[in-house]
Amino acid sequence: MTRRLLALAALAFATSASAETIAIVDARLMTMTAAGEVERGTIVIRDGRITAIGPGVAVPVGARVIDGRGGTVTPGFIQADSTLGAVEVSQVPASADRATHSAAISAGFDISLGLNPDSILLPVSRLAGITHAVTTPLYDDRGGRDLQFAGQAAVIDLAQRPDMVTRPRAAMVLEMGEGGAERAGGARGSAIVELKATLADVRHFAAHRVAYDRGEGRPQKLSRVDLEALIPVAEGRMSLIVKVDRASDIREIIALAREEKLRVIFDGAEEGWRVAADIAAAKFPVILDPLADLPHSFSELGATMENAARLHAAGVMVIIKTGSGVAHRARELRYGAGNAVAYGLPHDAAVAAITVNPARVFGVADRVGSLEAGRAADLVLWNGDPLEPLSQPQAIFVEGVEKPLTARPLELRDRYLPR
Amino acid sequence: MRMRAITVIAAIALAGCAAGERPQPSVAPTAEASAPPIDRDPYPSTYRAPAAGQVALVGATVLTATGDEIANGTVLMDGGKIVAVGAGLTVPDGYARIDARGKWVTPGVIDAHSHLGVWSQPDSVEANNDVNEMTDPNTAQVWAEHSIWPQDPGFDTAREGGVTTMMVLPGSGNLFGGRTVTLKNVPSVTMQGMKFPGAPYGLKIACGENPKRVYGGRGRSPATRMGNVAGYRKAWIDAQDYARRWDKWEKGGRVGDAPKRDLQLETLAGVLKGEILVQNHCYRADEMANMIDIAHEFGFRIRTFHHANEAYKIAPLLVKEDICVATWTNWWGYKMEVFDALEENAALVDAAGGCAIIHSDDPVLIQHLNQEAAAALSSAWRAGIRITKADAIRWFTANPAKALGIADKVGTLEAGKNADVVLWSADPFSIYARAEKVWIDGGIVFDRGDPAYRRHSDFLLGQPGETR
Repeated sequence: MTRRLLALAALAFATSASAETIAIVDARLMTMTAAGEVERGTIVIRDGRITAIGPGVAVPVGARVIDGRGGTVTPGFIQADSTLGAVEVSQVPASADRATHSAAISAGFDISLGLNPDSILLPVSRLAGITHAVTTPLYDDRGGRDLQFAGQAAVIDLAQRPDMVTRPRAAMVLEMGEGGAERAGGARGSAIVELKATLADVRHFAAHRVAYDRGEGRPQKLSRVDLEALIPVAEGRMSLIVKVDRASDIREIIALAREEKLRVIFDGAEEGWRVAADIAAAKFPVILDPLADLPHSFSELGATMENAARLHAAGVMVIIKTGSGVAHRARELRYGAGNAVAYGLPHDAAVAAITVNPARVFGVADRVGSLEAGRAADLVLWNGDPLEPLSQPQAIFVEGVEKPLTARPLELRDRYLPR
Repeated sequence: MRMRAITVIAAIALAGCAAGERPQPSVAPTAEASAPPIDRDPYPSTYRAPAAGQVALVGATVLTATGDEIANGTVLMDGGKIVAVGAGLTVPDGYARIDARGKWVTPGVIDAHSHLGVWSQPDSVEANNDVNEMTDPNTAQVWAEHSIWPQDPGFDTAREGGVTTMMVLPGSGNLFGGRTVTLKNVPSVTMQGMKFPGAPYGLKIACGENPKRVYGGRGRSPATRMGNVAGYRKAWIDAQDYARRWDKWEKGGRVGDAPKRDLQLETLAGVLKGEILVQNHCYRADEMANMIDIAHEFGFRIRTFHHANEAYKIAPLLVKEDICVATWTNWWGYKMEVFDALEENAALVDAAGGCAIIHSDDPVLIQHLNQEAAAALSSAWRAGIRITKADAIRWFTANPAKALGIADKVGTLEAGKNADVVLWSADPFSIYARAEKVWIDGGIVFDRGDPAYRRHSDFLLGQPGETR
């Protein structure tokens, strides 16, 4: 709450310095609200806040007018399952804060602490229309697949400002299936038993905290910080991102979640389409990479580029991501969404899968992911279809702040452009 | 010294123009020769072109990869060759006519950098990883073709992305990774059945971080970039010595014992003779400049720098040396030597007059090379560089054909070329375009509308991925 107030204060400060009225006119508006798609409309932004949006909105006197003819305005995109802000160069460990190999801190790892707002990856991703990311811990398996949980994910913004965390501790990350089996000693049955045992331990700890403080609790496999971090998961207040691909693994997790009253977000789910009805009935969202169509393992034999379309058709809420733990290649998010369309997902559903869907699932839909009057402007004006590589952004606003269309690689390009 | 070496190479290069073709049985050793001749093609192609008829694609937008975009174009294929390409051509009698109005036609997609078959799906299974013989910094003696598993399901998905030809390389863990192999993307039970007839071999060389990390980590050379260079130079000195000994024996009428064959040096000597093309994994501009000097020092040519994310920094040098650049658009930042990668790399090389290629190095990206090229083209337009779609189509067709040494056969839509053709549902620079039909040598190898063409790999038969 305090963080939220601070964020609002920061926002007020940031925009008051450049208080002005801006009107984006004659653009197609993909609102991602009940208002749907406006073929030709205007957005008025005053002091960083949307004051009016729709067809037939008057341009205020003195407003800076941005011509949106032929273009499209979308909410800023959200890259789920990313490590933006937590890595600079993947193979330089000291520049990366996306994983821990400490046996004492697995579930307790809080990626929202120690992020880097000056990362050169943020403006690069922004130029692809991404204004927010769900920065999600990876497993650091340098000593083997030992840790049960990877840690807690956070929603961040890409405005390059000190207070970049939109929502900390937004979900817990757990790998099951093949990887989970290896973490639990080599078999899926072991991983599921271990997860149940962990949840029982967490509940015992939560109910007998005072006794634990007196040193009278029962022996615990997990550290105290891990147990503390897992309480909201065990109580169904924090979502558990479960990385699984095989259809049978998805079914097992649905059954376990029902039994243990867990809130699950499936991540990967390459065979999700084979159990789409079960996922829809459980009302669990799915984060997927539309390009994942190869049998990388025996858990992904049914991978197909039609996964997104088939899950959507079955009524599953689909979130589109790029790769796994993506950072440098986050800029390919819109291409992934475009490929999902090429393989049957409706265009508006593809845009929802990178805007309002992740905003809802990760608890930030009151601020980002859709275009509404009264909100801080978090949007991108494109000079064409936002999912087409040949389109480029013409204006970018991150939570009320207009950002320049630059990034380090463009400065480098200009240094070497033939004159 | 340098001039003399280049002259010699030019002379031998002519003699070597038949490299890759099986020696005729009539070429027998002379009576006085004491050793059998070396079979230059011991694992010959058994590729047979798919059944090809007379096909006319009518009414498409055609990107020929020779610089033209033809509206309302017609492409005629007969007997496995392109017969004619033009606007509003009359379709001769007997041709099967395909209505391509609203669709686009391009040459078959060529990937200059693939590991399909040598690192097969499921690629998380260690048994399927045969890409890197990381047992010595110099493994020039290994041939990628001996790792190929033709049942890799990745060949099928690549074909669905319009890929008709690819070069498969060994990995980049070693200074010298081994020989490359160029394949036609046809279903086959054997590697030989896919081998591109007449395509020259390549030699994979790797610069930079990978070899020094692999061997430095084991406490042996190379542990540094200067160690890398010392390793290359030692190998080329040995290769020159080997080539000299064989030349001496050949010129001496093959009298007496032939020098003992050495597979490693034989491949390196093949490069010195101009028969084997250097395919060099190298990221940084300064390292590419060093490699060019090494090539001058020992009198060979580098055909292509692969990855080459800093090519834009030395574009004029690469143009002068006539070296192709096979690169990505979106990959960057995973290690220090790709920190300065730009989306505009290919476009800046192209704008300088160079040979720019968009490659994959990846079983997913190989399915989307047109989209990766579209992102590169988009970055060019953003920078104000004037490149047309008719130009950019070369990045994944004509230019990789040149890099692989097969430009006389494939890579463009021109009369007389092999009929490797893709019919796209839309502009291939659109994210929504999908390959609808794919022909290799005039025979159809993929038809999205016909399930019979979807999955050939035996591996997925009877499994959840069989039909998808």
